[in-house]
Amino acid sequence: MDASMPLRLQLTGITKRFPGVLANDDVSFSVRPGEIHALLGENGAGKSTLVKMIYGIMQADAGEIRWDGAPVVVANPKAARKLGIGMVFQHFSLFEALTVLENIALGMDGTLKSRDLEVRVREVMSTYGLLLDPHRTVATLSVGERQRIEIVRALLLDPKLLIMDEPTSVLTPQEVEQLFEVLRKLAAQGCSILYISHKLHEIKALCDTATILRGGKLVATCDPKQETSRSMAEKMIGAGLKDIVRSQGRSLGAPKLAVSRLVTSKAGHFDVPVNDVSFTVRAGEIFGVAGVAGNGQNALLDALSGEVLGDDKDAVSIDGYPLGLLNTTGRRKRGLCAVPEERNGHAAVGDFTLSDNSVLTARDRLGMVIMGLINGGAAKTYTGKVIADFAVKALGPGSTAGSLSGGNLQKYIMGREILQRPSVLVVSQPTWGVDAGAAAAIHQALVDLAAEGSAIVVISQDLDELLALCDTLAVINGGRLSAAQPVGEVSVEEIGLLMGGVHGATEARDAIPA
Amino acid sequence: MEIIIPILVTLVFAATPILLAALGELVVEKAGVLNLGVEGMMLVGAIAGFAGQFYTGNPYFALLCGAVAGAAVSLIFGFLTLSLSANQTATGLALTIFGTGFSALAGAPFSARPIQLMGPLFPPELATHPLWRGVFGYSAPVYFSFFMVFAIWYFLQKTRAGLILRAVGENDLSAHSIGYSVRGVRYLAVLFGGAMAGIAGACFPLLLTPQWAERMTAGRGWIAVALVVFASWRPLRLLAGAYLFGLVMTMELYAKAGGGPLSVIPSELWAALPYLATIVVLVLISIRRDASTNAPACLGKPFLPSN
Repeated sequence: MDASMPLRLQLTGITKRFPGVLANDDVSFSVRPGEIHALLGENGAGKSTLVKMIYGIMQADAGEIRWDGAPVVVANPKAARKLGIGMVFQHFSLFEALTVLENIALGMDGTLKSRDLEVRVREVMSTYGLLLDPHRTVATLSVGERQRIEIVRALLLDPKLLIMDEPTSVLTPQEVEQLFEVLRKLAAQGCSILYISHKLHEIKALCDTATILRGGKLVATCDPKQETSRSMAEKMIGAGLKDIVRSQGRSLGAPKLAVSRLVTSKAGHFDVPVNDVSFTVRAGEIFGVAGVAGNGQNALLDALSGEVLGDDKDAVSIDGYPLGLLNTTGRRKRGLCAVPEERNGHAAVGDFTLSDNSVLTARDRLGMVIMGLINGGAAKTYTGKVIADFAVKALGPGSTAGSLSGGNLQKYIMGREILQRPSVLVVSQPTWGVDAGAAAAIHQALVDLAAEGSAIVVISQDLDELLALCDTLAVINGGRLSAAQPVGEVSVEEIGLLMGGVHGATEARDAIPA
Repeated sequence: MEIIIPILVTLVFAATPILLAALGELVVEKAGVLNLGVEGMMLVGAIAGFAGQFYTGNPYFALLCGAVAGAAVSLIFGFLTLSLSANQTATGLALTIFGTGFSALAGAPFSARPIQLMGPLFPPELATHPLWRGVFGYSAPVYFSFFMVFAIWYFLQKTRAGLILRAVGENDLSAHSIGYSVRGVRYLAVLFGGAMAGIAGACFPLLLTPQWAERMTAGRGWIAVALVVFASWRPLRLLAGAYLFGLVMTMELYAKAGGGPLSVIPSELWAALPYLATIVVLVLISIRRDASTNAPACLGKPFLPSN
């Protein structure tokens, strides 16, 4: 890289205050042309606020932004795009009812005819191997495909700085590798990349520099290739990272949860039905289900939690007692609790208080409803305990679920289920979008619950999480579950192949990139 | 032929105000705003149109008066729901009540003072034969309503501005984050809807009954609102729906007048038919699930950006 070139982006003393919080406090850092620069930090560290100011969605209260050496005011996203700043959001800003092409056209500033735009879109797609049909309606696309639209949309503007906000949380290892190829190609052409993530090994693999934020302040700038994942994580949370503590030489108990020839009918838009799934989880065992999104995970969770009922009473049983025909309430009473993937709207009602949300799932197990009347005191006490035990950042049991940040809501939901001491707990994506410190706390809570003799099923796309947490691992692909194997005996390559659908029997699905 | 043409003319005049108001509401809803004040805006448009015709005798000026008055009233709705994020349903209902009362007050001095009906757009020589009368015998708002069906379809499907409007109705927060002015787009849509409702209201004194009567729109604004759902937010289906409703209302008139075979069914039943038809169609639409997915996803939700 030519040292005489001006810095692509330079922030000096950026400060942003919200009522009651200092989101960014005197943050200064710079990005060189062609540099892949990581922005690291826990939830609430101020990463999103910072990039929103760079992209012109918010304005800083103090500080200066320099672009290619000259001070600029980024008044709005349009101005940012004009400068050459592109952004791929964590929560896609897509319009479901519109087509891929219409979505892309909306992100452009309207100088191209739709026919010319389509030609350009197809060009960019083939250059970077981002395959998509421009005329598909977004509602019919998978999460990974949706992300490709966002990337294509950003690339069409020939950006000089591309901001990526947690881009890999929904991708398969292969897709992640493809994405990295695209990003490296872009960087080689001189495009700077500001990469926000909490996956430290990805940052080590991809980024040239990492800027670490904590509590709105810049705490370190380092070369991730010189650091260990652990040292970066510790800088992020400002304390030593706790390892998962397991009691040594524990033995697993008798079979607790038995799933036998579980079949579901047609699943939703982005998932496939579960086909002939059987497995057993013993008392004290953590059973991991790995797999790429959209391979039957949601159907499996719904079938285990009782949200979707089959017609075989023996398909799901606890301690030999058949649960197959019981709904969620019935299963909760028998000791099976579940946490779905989508926390706001599925696992919790955003407009309800945390107390009311506790009543929704804990009412029977903890006696919060007596003769049809809600025992508000019990709910409040229990919720207070969840907040305290799981270090949920909330004003109190009276806060609405929707007012919590994603990571805090996840901690609350996990706590709400774990403190009910279920004999079987099924969780999907327990630490999705949760920062390292909180994830460690959730993992520890799961391990502790298992140590007390509960059987736990963890469905996750994060392989590192599963390998660290689970005793036994199986891979779901195309609605079928591979044979379960003890975690110590499988290699990552083997799991990767299974996730890609290479287990002989099933055909590779079209979601798998060629 | 001798019977069909008068029925056709009555049908067209019955359908036109509904179609105009519903087209306006369709654009408003496509932008994600539910304005239930159509009936109120129509009534204000009706009295403004009446007054315009009464004082100037120029029906085009009268239509313009209706449009301006409807847009002015819709601006109240826009300010409350868009700038102050008030509840759209409640505000829309209040707007209807306001429009009803305001038009009655403003219309009181005009009672029992007839005006001139609006004449046909084309010279009468074109409409001498009854058949030609069925094509060229109408006044300007009828042709305008047909033009607007295609204009709005083209606008929504083929233009960039239309795409932005749909995007705002589909996902306001995303549109905001890309950098579109959600409030700006919605204000324009609401004003357009108000103007269309005002024109639709002005059609009542100008095309149908040339004198002022309180509540002369007789619930047509509500039918227009239902029609938008009925047509699953598609302008061409709206055209079909408006004429279907117009047909049923025409039947009602003929049944009341004791017109032969139609009077076998009591006129009260004819009067109830449009509403029954609405229910039936809504049920059919909800059975066919894909049709309801055309609803704008942000319909009726207040726009509350996080910053």
